[in-house]
Amino acid sequence: MAIYNREEFLSRIAEKLGREQKIESVNRPTWTTAPHLELYRDFSKDDLVNMFETQCDVIHTHFKQTSVAELPHLLRECFDELNAQKVVIAGDPRIEEYGLNRFFTKLTESDFYVHTWEADKGDENIEFAANADVGITFSDITLAESGTVVLLNDSGGKGRSVSLLPRTYIAIIPKSSFVPRMTQAMQQIHIRVNEGKLLPSCINLISGPSNSADIEMNLIVGVHGPVRATYIVVSDK
Amino acid sequence: MGIKIGEKSFFPRVEEGIKDEGMRKAVRSAQDRLRSMKLRATDELGHWEDWRLLGEQIRKHTVENLDYYLYQLSENIEKNGGHVFFAKTAKEAREYVQKVVQQKKATKAVKSKSMVTEEISLNNALNEIGCEVLETDLAEFILQTDDHDEPSHIVVPCLHKDREKIRQVFKEKLGYEGTSKPEEMAGFVREQLRHKFFEADIGITGCNFAVAESGSFAIVANEGNERLTTTLPKTLITVMGMERIVPTWEELDIVVSLLCRSAVGQKLTSYITLFTEPGGRSTGDGPEEFHLVIVDNGRSNMLGTEFQSTLHCIRCASCINVCPIYRHIGGHAYGSIYPGPIGAVLTPWLADYKEYKDLPYASSLCGACTEACPVKIPLHELLIKHRRKIVEDENLAPFPEKMAMMAFTVAAKSPKMFQYGSKLAPTLLFPFTNKQDHTIHEGPGPIKPWTEIRDLPAPAKETFHKWYQRQQEERTNGDL
Repeated sequence: MAIYNREEFLSRIAEKLGREQKIESVNRPTWTTAPHLELYRDFSKDDLVNMFETQCDVIHTHFKQTSVAELPHLLRECFDELNAQKVVIAGDPRIEEYGLNRFFTKLTESDFYVHTWEADKGDENIEFAANADVGITFSDITLAESGTVVLLNDSGGKGRSVSLLPRTYIAIIPKSSFVPRMTQAMQQIHIRVNEGKLLPSCINLISGPSNSADIEMNLIVGVHGPVRATYIVVSDK
Repeated sequence: MGIKIGEKSFFPRVEEGIKDEGMRKAVRSAQDRLRSMKLRATDELGHWEDWRLLGEQIRKHTVENLDYYLYQLSENIEKNGGHVFFAKTAKEAREYVQKVVQQKKATKAVKSKSMVTEEISLNNALNEIGCEVLETDLAEFILQTDDHDEPSHIVVPCLHKDREKIRQVFKEKLGYEGTSKPEEMAGFVREQLRHKFFEADIGITGCNFAVAESGSFAIVANEGNERLTTTLPKTLITVMGMERIVPTWEELDIVVSLLCRSAVGQKLTSYITLFTEPGGRSTGDGPEEFHLVIVDNGRSNMLGTEFQSTLHCIRCASCINVCPIYRHIGGHAYGSIYPGPIGAVLTPWLADYKEYKDLPYASSLCGACTEACPVKIPLHELLIKHRRKIVEDENLAPFPEKMAMMAFTVAAKSPKMFQYGSKLAPTLLFPFTNKQDHTIHEGPGPIKPWTEIRDLPAPAKETFHKWYQRQQEERTNGDL
C-alpha cells in the first residue's frame, strides 16, 4: 500500500486556488435546498411495494410477490419456467431463516445442481456461476423508486458473481428492506462511516437485467450480465 | 488515442460532418430521444431546479476544497489496502499503469468505458509493452473492432454508426454472418467477450465519482461489463479525473441521481457499483490488488480562473444532446474526444489552445446547453469568455480579423472617420449585396466565412446619424 506524488499534486491545487493547502477538516456547508428528503416521505411499505412493482415494468424485470411459506413453491415455478437446472445461491444466513435450506437440499436429490457460494471454495464458485442458469441473492436494501436491489457484498458467501454471471438473476426481497429511494440507502452507509464501522468491500445497486442502447438507441437486454431478472418480494416472517 | 481525434483542422471536419447525411440523421434521432427521455425523467422527479441548485452547490464546494477531499480519499484508500498514484500529466499516468502491468507480467487486460483513459491514451501505452487491451463496452467494442474508429459522443460513443454499418464491421473483422438486428449482434458480442473476462490479468475502469469520507468509488453503468471487469481479473486499476469526487455518501446520492436522469433518462442505471476495499478477494471473487490513478493533465490550470466551474461537470452529455451545432456537424467535427458544448469549453484547456481555438466559436450561444446542465455550469458564457481569451490573452485571432479590428478601432475613435466610413460602406459593399433581400451572401475578406453560412444585412444607405438627424428635424418641424 502506498501513495505516490501526493504532496506536489495537492500543493499545486492549493496554489492554483490561491490559498494554503487544506489537510485538516473541511466542514460541509448546509445546502440551501434538499428536495431529495421530501420525496415519498409519507409512503407506507405497501405504497413502496406498489411503486416498485410499477418500476419493474419500466426496467424489464419480472415482479412476483409471496409469503415465506410459499417462497419455495414460487422458486420451483420460476426454475421450471426457465428450464433451469443449475442454481447458484449466495451464502446468506437468510437462506436458513426463510426455510430454503431444506428446499435446496431436496432439489439436489432430483436433477438439480445447487451450489452455495462460499469464499473458501475459491475459483470453483466462479466456474459454477459462469455456467449456472440462475443466481439467487437476498436484497439488503431495496429502493422502491428505481426498482433497485442493494447487495452489501462484504465477505464469505456474498460473492459478487452470483448476481452477475448466471443467465437469470433472482433477487429475494424482504418487504422490510424497502426504502423510498437511493437517499435512504446512502444515509445508512454514511452513518456507518461516521460510526467508524467497516463498509462492505463491494456494494451493488442492481436495477433489472444488463442492458444497452448503443445500436441506434435500441434497448437490448443482456449484453454482458444476466439476460433476465426476477424480483420476488416476500412478506417478512 | 489521446484527446485529439483525426488530423484535419476544424473547418474541413465540419464540412465532412455536414455532408454525412447518415450521421446527421442518427444524431438528430438520438438527440431527440435522449432529450425527451431526460425531460420525462426530470418531470417525474419534480423540483428539478432545486435538484440543479443542490448539484451546483455540491460541485462548487467540492472543487473549492479539492485538495482536502483528495487527501482524505487517498488516506482512506491506503487504509483500505489500495495504492494511489497522483499523476500530474498523461505521461505520468501511462507510465505508472505500464509499471503495474509489467510487475504483474500481464498480457491481457479488459477495460470498461472510460473517457479519462482515452484522454491519456492508455490503450496505446499498454499495447506498446505487449499488453492487449480489450474494450468491453458494446459501443467501444464496435469502435475498437472498426480499426479504432473515433468516439462521437460522451455517453453513446458510436452514435454515428447505423446498424448496417455495424453488421458490416462485424462481418469483415469477426466473420459475423447474422442479420443487422441489434439483439442478434449484441448476442454475438456477448459470446465474443464472455471468455475474455476470464482470461484477463488486469481490469481497467474509469470512475464516475469517488467518495472521500470512506475511500470508496462508484461506477455508473448499464451493460454489466464494468462489473465483469471489476469482478474477475486479479488486479484492478481505476483511473479518475481529479475532480470526480464528492465529500460523503450523501452527496453521492445527489450526483448519481442527476447523472442517471440527465444522461439517459433513467432513475438509476442497471448497475451502480460501489467499491470500498476492492483488494483482498474477501468475497471469493473481485480483485486481490487495487490501484487508483488520479489524473490532473491540465485540469488544475482551470482552478482559480473564471473557468473553474468547468470542473463541476459530471459528464452526463445533456449539453451535447440539446446543442444545435452538434446536431448539424456531429461529434467528430470537434476533433476531440469531448465534443459538444462541454467539449468546446474543456478541450482548449486540456489540449493545445492554438489547435482548438475554433471550438468556442462552434456555438450559437443560444444558452440551451447552460439550461440543460444539471449542475448549472454557465457553458455559453464560458464559450464567450474563451473567445475573449483567444483574442486578447492568447492573441490568436486570424490576421485579417486583427487588421479589420485595428482599422475599426482607428475609425471608431475619430467621429469624422467613422462618419466617412459609414457613408462609404454601402458603396464598397454594393457589389456583394443581393438586391432582392438586401443581404450580403458572399462578402469580402474577414466577413467571407461568416457570410458564406449566414445572412448579413447590407449597410443601409442612410446612416444612423443621418436618420436620427432627420427624425429630430421632422419632430421640430412638427411633421411627426
